[in-house]
Amino acid sequence: MPEKFLMKGNEALAEAAIRAGCRYFFGYPITPQNEIPEYMAKHLPEVGGVYVQAESEVAAINMVYGAAGAGARVMTSSSSPGISLKQEGISYLAGAELPCVIVNMVRGGPGLGGIQPAQSDYFQVTRGGGHGDYRLIVLGPDSVQEIVDITFLSFELADKYRIPVLILGDGLLGQMMEPVEFPDISVEKPAKPWATTGMKDRPQNIIKSLHLDPLELERHNLKLQKKYSEISDNEQRMELFMCEDADLFIVAYGTTARIAKSVVVRAREEGIAAGLIRPISLWPFPNKAFEKIIDRAKVFLTLEMSCGQMIEDVKLTVNGRVPVVFYGRTGGIVPKFRDVLEKLRQLDRSDWHG
Amino acid sequence: MGKLVFKRPESLQKTPTHYCPGCSHGIIHRLVAEVIDELGVREKTIGIAPVGCAVFAYNYFNCDMQEAAHGRGPAVATGVKRVLPRATVFTYQGDGDLASIGLAEVIHAAMRGEKITVIFVNNAIYGMTGGQMAPTTLVNQKTTTTPTGRLEEYFGKPLKIAEMLSTVETPSYIARVSVFTPKEILRAKKAVKKAFETQEKGLGFSLVEFLAACPTNWNLPPVEALKWIEKNMVPYYPLGEFKVPEKF
Repeated sequence: MPEKFLMKGNEALAEAAIRAGCRYFFGYPITPQNEIPEYMAKHLPEVGGVYVQAESEVAAINMVYGAAGAGARVMTSSSSPGISLKQEGISYLAGAELPCVIVNMVRGGPGLGGIQPAQSDYFQVTRGGGHGDYRLIVLGPDSVQEIVDITFLSFELADKYRIPVLILGDGLLGQMMEPVEFPDISVEKPAKPWATTGMKDRPQNIIKSLHLDPLELERHNLKLQKKYSEISDNEQRMELFMCEDADLFIVAYGTTARIAKSVVVRAREEGIAAGLIRPISLWPFPNKAFEKIIDRAKVFLTLEMSCGQMIEDVKLTVNGRVPVVFYGRTGGIVPKFRDVLEKLRQLDRSDWHG
Repeated sequence: MGKLVFKRPESLQKTPTHYCPGCSHGIIHRLVAEVIDELGVREKTIGIAPVGCAVFAYNYFNCDMQEAAHGRGPAVATGVKRVLPRATVFTYQGDGDLASIGLAEVIHAAMRGEKITVIFVNNAIYGMTGGQMAPTTLVNQKTTTTPTGRLEEYFGKPLKIAEMLSTVETPSYIARVSVFTPKEILRAKKAVKKAFETQEKGLGFSLVEFLAACPTNWNLPPVEALKWIEKNMVPYYPLGEFKVPEKF
């Protein structure tokens, strides 16, 4: 039997990254993700890796750019205000098609906001975040074990598609402890003939995002769009929880999905035909999952720790066919089980076809 | 048959540059390329291009290149060098890029003792965007954003990067040179060579600041622009070596 460890989400993520072959980490302190850089500073040197504490989040993401361009598996982590600072570099990484993993353990905003868990960076991460026509792959785990699994997957997808992958957690997922297992797999790192490693016995390699000729830039952007469309076709991930015969659906990811699961179980005991659609890939948004159940859906309730962000993707997916309603708390407050259950009971009592 | 006495360094591509007549970038590119050739490190060199007039440096240097965001060259170079510790890594940056938006990146790269070489081209103005004030613009110097000259009471006095970086305690090589006469060009090349050798010997960070001409945005003919460097820039920005690693 594989060994089990009791670990904090942040530490499990860092350990998984090292096991996934990440050897370079560039960080900057910010609450609530400090255990990730601290773990990397302690353990990367043990495997011949390098931890550098940058002078700012801006510098850290540009170090990631340099390291990714040199062909390494590389990661950085931060929390909301720090992720805003990284957006310049993330746009350049996307433009230059450099693979890397970025972690956002979200805290409440806007501005300096607070340090309690939130999901209010959904717009930012699922719409690219910086300037230009680009997307990131965004994955939102809901447990420490899933943080581990998604970390392995993130490095794999980043290399496969030459794209930055963002792991979207929050202060709660990063801080809580759960038992985890690390998959016993041999990590395969693909060859990167495009990397700048010195032009011995081959033509010059250039890592860049500048295309001054508008036709050339349009070609480049269309190439990126083709890649995003391929990712959208192949990499949608979701969990359908008790959805088989449901007609009343909660849509929630990450921390709020944990609450939603408990609510769905209780609602079922009360005879309410509730189910949970839990997007794991937030971009691409798992719209295919909705098509399986939309014919019997009476209503979708999106549950978020924000003022309502993912609800826009749910509405785009549902496209007016079924009502979509929202419940959420913001500012670092986690929605309470009994409040969500009461919201669900109200929805169950409403006449959606009247 | 004549004897070949002058040729294009292997570390420069056979591409005409886009630089204006009289611009110093061409000379400085050549000096860097000659040094890379002489040290025999071209095949393990990764250059970092800036944002500014030298943004297309990746089309001119004949080695692997990365293009960095504005001012972030030393951070990008840090990422490359930490992954490839035996590579030769240099950044090529202007004064808007390095002395304004990228000031934190260059100071911290020097503090960490990153084994990279920074070629810093100071022409006292933003060239590519059309001649705006830089942190290195001289007091009373006219630019498109200081039409009556840089007023000290509004904008202070220009930053002296070589002197500032010399105060960093971590060992490094810091020099300021220029290109306004052939003699200065030869001196400049020696400094560039020492800077790259500092890196090759693993002695630490190295930076060579060039006082360079921008005839277009200074509104001067090329020859006058070179005289302007000597007359106006050198008195404020003295030339010489500011710091040499003890073990050099």
